[in-house]
Amino acid sequence: MPSPHDLDPSTPAIRFEGVEKRFGDNVVLQGLDFEVARGDRVTLIGPSGSGKTTILRLVMTLEEANEGYIFIDGEPLTHTREGGKRVALKERHRNEMRKRIGMVFQQFNLFPNMTVMENLIEAPVHVLGLSKADAVERGRELLARVGLVGKEDAHPSSLSGGQQQRVAIARALAMDPEILLLDEVTSALDPEIVGEVLEILRDVARTTDITMLIVTHEMHFARDVSNRVMMFDGGRVIEQGDPETIFTAPTQERTKSFLSAVLGA
Amino acid sequence: MNDDLSALWAAIPQVLEGMGITVTLTVLGSALAFVVAVVFGLMARSRTLVVRGFARVVIEFFRGTSLVVQLYLFFFVLPQLGWEMSPITAGVLAFGLNYGAYGAEVVRGSIAAVPAGQWEASTALSLSPVHRMRRIIIPQAWALMIPSLNNLLIQLLKGTAIVGFITLFDLTVALDKLRIATDLFFAYGFGLVLYFVLAYILTLGMNALEVRAKHRLGQGESLREALSFRTPDARGSVA
Amino acid sequence: MSWNWDHVWDSLPFLLEGFVQVTLLVTVVSSAIAAVLGLLIAIARRTAPAPIAALLTFVVNFIRMTPIVVQLVFAYFAFLALDALTVGILVFGVHYATYMAEVYRAGIDSVPKGQWEATTALSMSRSRTWRAVIMPQAIRATLPALGNYVISMFKDTPFLIAITVADMVSNALEYGGDHFRYVEVIVLAGVLFLIASYPTSLAIRKLEERIAFTT
Ligand SMILES: Nc1ncnc2c1ncn2[C@@H]1O[C@H](COP(=O)(O)OP(=O)(O)O)[C@@H](O)[C@H]1O
Ligand SMILES: [Mg+2]
Repeated sequence: MPSPHDLDPSTPAIRFEGVEKRFGDNVVLQGLDFEVARGDRVTLIGPSGSGKTTILRLVMTLEEANEGYIFIDGEPLTHTREGGKRVALKERHRNEMRKRIGMVFQQFNLFPNMTVMENLIEAPVHVLGLSKADAVERGRELLARVGLVGKEDAHPSSLSGGQQQRVAIARALAMDPEILLLDEVTSALDPEIVGEVLEILRDVARTTDITMLIVTHEMHFARDVSNRVMMFDGGRVIEQGDPETIFTAPTQERTKSFLSAVLGA
Repeated sequence: MNDDLSALWAAIPQVLEGMGITVTLTVLGSALAFVVAVVFGLMARSRTLVVRGFARVVIEFFRGTSLVVQLYLFFFVLPQLGWEMSPITAGVLAFGLNYGAYGAEVVRGSIAAVPAGQWEASTALSLSPVHRMRRIIIPQAWALMIPSLNNLLIQLLKGTAIVGFITLFDLTVALDKLRIATDLFFAYGFGLVLYFVLAYILTLGMNALEVRAKHRLGQGESLREALSFRTPDARGSVA
Repeated sequence: MSWNWDHVWDSLPFLLEGFVQVTLLVTVVSSAIAAVLGLLIAIARRTAPAPIAALLTFVVNFIRMTPIVVQLVFAYFAFLALDALTVGILVFGVHYATYMAEVYRAGIDSVPKGQWEATTALSMSRSRTWRAVIMPQAIRATLPALGNYVISMFKDTPFLIAITVADMVSNALEYGGDHFRYVEVIVLAGVLFLIASYPTSLAIRKLEERIAFTT
């Protein structure tokens, strides 16, 4: 498998091609096409139920599309076209693809049976094959980065929501992902600690070249961090562009009304 | 009463012998039941239809056909089909498979009750299914399943009181001998208290396991703290 | 030794006789006793003065944690004036009442505190509160668990062999002893248990899903 750094830089990190996702009769995404270039920070906005979470879950292979194709670095993620037919790829292939992708969840989902450090090193040791010493060292660096030095041996349940989410960010970064998926990572937090988590993500965005796909209602954050905003409605991208344009001069009525609703303006 | 006590004294070897059988059946039966519960509980979650179907048939058979019938199945029927076994073996098999089948449902249910986010976070970290089950899911499911397993363990202990049916000399049979030597209320009062104490000891042990398992998930106090001496007041404020 | 259908057909009426006259009878009557007595215990534990409630709790736990077989034999000798079947029905009723009391207790505890407070705010009487507000909400959630205990009791009825009651399994053993042949009759007894209990537990599972869905 070619290292992503050997790839033609114009190959998009994520590419959706005619993706359709249904839950029973409910068609959530239909004929969805979009690309995310490598190093891009793309924020998905749109009303609740418009399918933003579903898109991230499709990329993380937590859901499977019913039609269409998703490519990561130009490689098919779960399905490929063979002789005009849509063919499911083996679990082993999906596993390899997953290693390039990290995700931070709204509900943190730290492992409660492990300490903070154990959460951070579990996958690096057992999936990436790092030595325990290396993984712990890297874990320490990441803890310092998210401002949690000294919490190595703490149990997740003894941490505040904001601290848990910072550990979850560190845990995702410990896998050194090329793509990071962030699904409303501050929605479960008390308003006064949202800032500390966003500050860390701003720092990650500044200091790395990780491709980010972000779902958030924090429009200031979206504006600071992302270089592109995609507005979803009815399972389609109805408008996209740089944050400045979308937030100040949207062309679509629905974007305008959505923004005025979330910005309370 | 004095006569009763001296008769009890005389009957102590018999009571001990009976209790030995009861404890042996409980220990071996629950050990087998635990293995059956884990194996079939995991098989019942398999994505392969044949594996899952086989597990379901075995579980429903042993849950649905009555413990006593199974006891006779191993004691009378299998020997007639050419599988000779001692009454103890027949008892251990019946208890292990019967309560193991109930336990399999507990195991399956507890695994399913581990929040979806834990499964998804494991996938997002590319942990393999086996690794995920062993390191993430089972430790959390374990804490969930202990109370139900404790119930089953007590049921199993009480269930062993029927092994007199297959000629074993257990505590219940010993009590009948004691009844003849003393009197009904003395013998059975004594015997019920013995069973109660056994059940109580098992429950204490399982509670300790539960405290430890929960503490490992960051819930509640450690086992050492839970066992430490405190005034009723302090305990009241903890609860 | 090969399977002999003749034994199945020969013994079937005899087994069914034990099934109807003892197994089903005990299950139905003892379940009714257990359901009512269990409810009374649960309410008494909530409403009786503390020492009485504590004593009741101890007695309930003692019965729950000791073998029903020992209780059967004990009651059988203690009440020689009663016939064995009656003793069996009473012991099963009382023993399972202690399980069902726990189920009711959990059901009562699951009614939100706000419901009690609302009845106080409306000046409703205690008995009216129990009957019209608490119990209707508590019982619904308890139905599946109660049903599972009925099935469990059904499968425990062969314990009655310990006090000489001729239930289905006892009849199977008698037939087996007479013909030196246990294979078919024991399997048949198991199958009859399965035929009755499996559809019932499926129905309870359905009920469980429906209750979970509508609350
Ligand atoms: N597991 C699921 N089963 C059924 N429907 C689902 C499931 N997940 C999401 N949906 C439906 O898909 C639609 C999009 O959901 P989601 O992607 O979560 O939207 P968003 O994140 O934009 O709020 C919603 O109508 C939701 O009800
Ligand atoms: Mg969402």
